[in-house]
Amino acid sequence: MREIQVRDVIDAVAAMCIKANTELPDDVRAKFEQAMADETSASAKEVLRQLLENADLARDTKLPLCQDCGLAVFFVEVGDDVRVVGGNLRDAINDGVRKGYGDGFLRKSACDPLTRANTGDGTPAVIHFDMVPGDKLKIFYMAKGGGSENMSRVTMLAPAQGWEGIKKFVINRVAEAGPNPCPPTIIGIGIGGTFDHAAKIAKKSLMRRLDDTHPNPEIAAKEKELEDALNDLGIGPMGLGGKTTVLSVKMTMEPCHLASLPLAVNVQCHSQRHEEVEL
Amino acid sequence: MAEYTLNTPLTDADIEQLRAGDVVFLNGIIYSARDAAHKKLFELLDAGKELPFDLAGSAIYYVGPSPAPPGRPIGAAGPTTSYRMDTYAPRLHSLGMKASIGKGKRSDEVKAAMKEHTGVYFGATGGAGALLSNSIVESTVIAFDELGPEAIRAMKVKDFPLLVINDCHGGELYVKPKLDTAD
Repeated sequence: MREIQVRDVIDAVAAMCIKANTELPDDVRAKFEQAMADETSASAKEVLRQLLENADLARDTKLPLCQDCGLAVFFVEVGDDVRVVGGNLRDAINDGVRKGYGDGFLRKSACDPLTRANTGDGTPAVIHFDMVPGDKLKIFYMAKGGGSENMSRVTMLAPAQGWEGIKKFVINRVAEAGPNPCPPTIIGIGIGGTFDHAAKIAKKSLMRRLDDTHPNPEIAAKEKELEDALNDLGIGPMGLGGKTTVLSVKMTMEPCHLASLPLAVNVQCHSQRHEEVEL
Repeated sequence: MAEYTLNTPLTDADIEQLRAGDVVFLNGIIYSARDAAHKKLFELLDAGKELPFDLAGSAIYYVGPSPAPPGRPIGAAGPTTSYRMDTYAPRLHSLGMKASIGKGKRSDEVKAAMKEHTGVYFGATGGAGALLSNSIVESTVIAFDELGPEAIRAMKVKDFPLLVINDCHGGELYVKPKLDTAD
């Protein structure tokens, strides 16, 4: 069995937290540039210009792209033939968050739900583990902002509502959210599973690169159908009007119970700070 | 769309001339306050105690900045979503607050309060926290230090770039989504 030192996990996680928060990923930047070329309204272009300037400044100064450096969310794929030595994997990820958010001057946004007391170090991270074949450890990280997360919803549709019901719910959700989640947004959609699983696969969908194409052509077509419908809403960058309401729609579909049609809509702001590393 | 350069404290005359869509470059001192700080401000008001800053003519910025790295007065400092402060804003307007700064929609109650008390709601570009921090030249925690990023800070701003989202005449800049499939 292959062994990975806990120290390497901590350092890799800390580096991901800092990089994601200060360097806009190239797939997101490319979407901004595309939107800048497509938009005709002056206000939409000005917002996009500011976002590109912001990305340059963050890269050059190492200031975070956004003061909301998110709750640290991880999806971890652990190979069957690899183990972490010298410590516990969950603790190592949290130690990495603590180090990254401290060293990188990132805002620590984790707090007690009722007293609202800040935990002080950005932990605990939200971590989803999955066992996969192989001897690699793959870690996906996202800095998940609160403003866009607040606009997300899970619903249990009736099976009879089908795709039309799903489409209507997603469109109404994005319309209702309007300018609040910092459009142009990325919409992660989870269809199927159970109440909890739909939300999880919606979130995991947001870990995909914005420029990828879903390997299943039917789902890829549905993503495109939703993307076009959402952009027709005309909300535009920061809600000031325009053609770009969403940068991308990413969908995951899994089987569900005969009685159910679970649907989760996870809204992500334009500052899609994501990183991944394989150890 | 007109362009204005304004200084705090803001006057009724400053606010009355503004229309949704105008660009404003704001100068002077503004105060940061978000969810937890508003709750504490209201506890002080309810107890009849003095607030840590003068509300008359004030501008409150809904922001929780990231920590200042060495050599800079503040970290990234863009707006947070404003609706969470909708429950607090009408009373603050009635007590002299002239402007709030954030992003996203306001409630009908806040819009009515801005009409009644000559107030304005400015939008700053969400997610441009690094860029906006360039317009903040000084920042000092003046209350509730224990709240960390949510503490109240007096921030000295220079040509802070803002858009008038809601003016005091009922004007609004945000577009209504084109919904033809909605119930």
